[in-house]
Amino acid sequence: MPGLLKRTPVRYALNAAAALGLYIVIMSLIGGKVLNRYQALMLIPIGYNIILAVSLNLTAGFLGQLPLGHAGFMSVGGYAAALFSMSVSLPPSFELPAALLIGFTVSAMFGVVIGLPALRLKGDYLAIITLGFGEIIRVIILNLKFTGGAYGLKGIGRQTTVTWVYIFVLITLYVINTLIKSRHGRAIISIREDEIAAEASGIPTTYYKVLAFSISAGFAGVAGGLYAHYLSILDPSTFGFMRSVEILVIVVLGGLGSVFGSVISAAVLTILPELLRGFAEYRMVIYSLLLVTVMIFKPSGLCGRYEFSLGDSIDGLCASIRARILKKGGGGDASGS
Amino acid sequence: MTFVYLVIIGLQIGSIYALVALGYSMVYGIVKLVNFAHGDIIMVGAYCVWYLMSRLAVPAWLAVPAAIALCSVLGVLIEKIAYKPLRNSDRLALLVTAIGISLFLQNAVQLIFSADPRMFSNIFEGTISIGDRQFSNATAVTIATSTLIMIGLTLLVKRTKIGKAMRTVSEDGEAAQLMGINVNNTISFTFALGSGLAAVGAVFYCCSYSQIQPTMGNMLGLKAFVAAVLGGIGSIPGAMIGGVLIGVTESFTRGFISSQLTDAVVFGILIVVLLIRPSGIFGRNIGEKV
Repeated sequence: MPGLLKRTPVRYALNAAAALGLYIVIMSLIGGKVLNRYQALMLIPIGYNIILAVSLNLTAGFLGQLPLGHAGFMSVGGYAAALFSMSVSLPPSFELPAALLIGFTVSAMFGVVIGLPALRLKGDYLAIITLGFGEIIRVIILNLKFTGGAYGLKGIGRQTTVTWVYIFVLITLYVINTLIKSRHGRAIISIREDEIAAEASGIPTTYYKVLAFSISAGFAGVAGGLYAHYLSILDPSTFGFMRSVEILVIVVLGGLGSVFGSVISAAVLTILPELLRGFAEYRMVIYSLLLVTVMIFKPSGLCGRYEFSLGDSIDGLCASIRARILKKGGGGDASGS
Repeated sequence: MTFVYLVIIGLQIGSIYALVALGYSMVYGIVKLVNFAHGDIIMVGAYCVWYLMSRLAVPAWLAVPAAIALCSVLGVLIEKIAYKPLRNSDRLALLVTAIGISLFLQNAVQLIFSADPRMFSNIFEGTISIGDRQFSNATAVTIATSTLIMIGLTLLVKRTKIGKAMRTVSEDGEAAQLMGINVNNTISFTFALGSGLAAVGAVFYCCSYSQIQPTMGNMLGLKAFVAAVLGGIGSIPGAMIGGVLIGVTESFTRGFISSQLTDAVVFGILIVVLLIRPSGIFGRNIGEKV
C-alpha cells in the first residue's frame, strides 16, 4: 500500500483526479449560483496571475536570477495572441489555444533574444537590464501602427472562459513542475545554488539560463493572451514597470522557489484588494503595509520553499493512521519535500 | 542655436536627475539596496513644498528647508523601520520591502491629497535670454545650485570625518565596525543626505514641470536610477555624470527625433552600457571569488 503511491502513474492519476474534482467543484459553485457573476469572473484574473507568478518563479526562484521585465513578455504574448485571433477565423475551440500557442512562441523567442545578452549579467544588474528591456517593449508597442499605439488594441474576441483559464493553469503547473523535477530542472537549481560550482561540474550554464528564461517568458505570453481575450482590449500603459513589480511581489510573498506558494499567493493577492474594496480608499495603503509587515517578519515568503504534493500528503496521512493503529506511537512523516 | 538651447535644457533636467541619482547611488553603495522608495520621497518633498506654499502661504525660503528636513527625517525613519530589520536577510526580501514602502507612500499621499494633479507655481519667476532663446530663471538656478551642491557633497565625502566613515562602510561594513565606526549612524546619515537631496531635486522638478501628482516619483525615480547605473552605481561623480548624460540625451531625443521615443532611447543607452561595461562609467569591476 505505501509503495503504490510512490509510483509515477498512480501519482499522475491521483493528481488528474484531484484537478478534475476541483474543476467540478468550481463549475458547480458557479452553476449553483454560490459564486455570483462577479465572483466567477474573478477566477479569470486569479488564473492568469497564477500563470504569471509560477512562470516568474522559474527564473526568480529556481534559476535564482531576478528579472524585472515580466510585464514586457506578458504584453508581447498578449499582442501576438490578440493580433492572431483578430486576423483569422477558426472554430472557437481552436482559436484561443492556437492564439495562446502563438503568444507562447513569440514571447519565448523574445525571451531568447533578450535573455542571451541580459543573462550575462547577475543580480541587481540583471534586474535593471530586464527592467530596461521591459520599458523598451512598452514604448515600442506604444509607437507601432499595427498595435494600435497609445489607443491600444480593441475588439479582441472575449474568448477567455473559466474553463480555458483552468486548463492553461494546469498545463503551466504541469510543465513547470515536471521541468523542475527533471534533470534539466536540477541543472537550473544548481545554477541558483552556486553558478561557479555548476559550471565546474560541466553544466552548460548559459544554455540552462536562457532555457529557463525563455520558458518563463513564454508562459508570461500565455497569461498575456488570456488577459487580452478576457478584457478584449489591450492598453500598452498597463504593461509598465509596476505590473512587473506586482508579479514579483506575488512570487516573493509566496516564497521564492515554491510553486505551491506562488499559486496560493497569486490567489490571495488577487482577491485581497477586492475584499478590501469595502475600505475603498484605504485598501492600497493596507495592502502595502501588509506587504512590508510580511517581509519584515517572514523574509523567505509565506511558504518558503515548501512544495505541496498530493501523493506525499496522502502517504503521510496513511502512515500516521497506521502508526496510530499499531500503537507504536510517533506520527508519520507528514511533510513532503 | 538650437543645439545650445537643447544642451542647456538637458543640463537642467540632468541636474535634477543627478540630484536624485546621488541618493540612489549613495544608498546602494552603503547597504547594497536599490531603494525603490526614493522616487516617492521626491514626491513627498514636492507635496510638502506645495502644501506649505499654496495652502499655508509659507514663503519659499522657509518651505524649501522644511521640505528638505521632512524628507531627511522620512528617509531615516524608513531605513530604521523597514530596512534595518532585513539588513542581513535575502536581498530580494529587502527589494520587495522597498517596493512596499514605495506603494505605501504613493497611496498615503493619494489618500490625503487625492489623485488629482496639483498646480505648482514656479518659485523662480522671470526669464533670462541668451541669444534669441528665452530661459526661465529656474533653469539657471537649477544648474547653478546643483553644481554647488555637488561640489559641496564631494568635499563632504572626501574631506570630512563622516564622509570618510561613509566611504569606509561602503567598502566593507564589518571591517568598518571593527575600526570603531558607528555603522548604524553612518547609514542613517546617508539616508538623510540622500533624501534631503531628493527634496532639493523635487523643488527644481516642480519649477520646471509645474504639476505634481502622487505617482510622479515613478518615472523620475526610474530615470534617475538609470542615471546612477550609467555612471556606475555606488560612485558619486558617476551619479552626477550619469544624470547629466541622461538629461542631455533626453532633450536631444526630444529635439531631434521624437518626444515619444525618449524613454526608449534612455533605456536603450542603459542596456548598451550594461552590456559593454556592466559596472557603469565610473564603477569598479569587482571579480567574483570562489
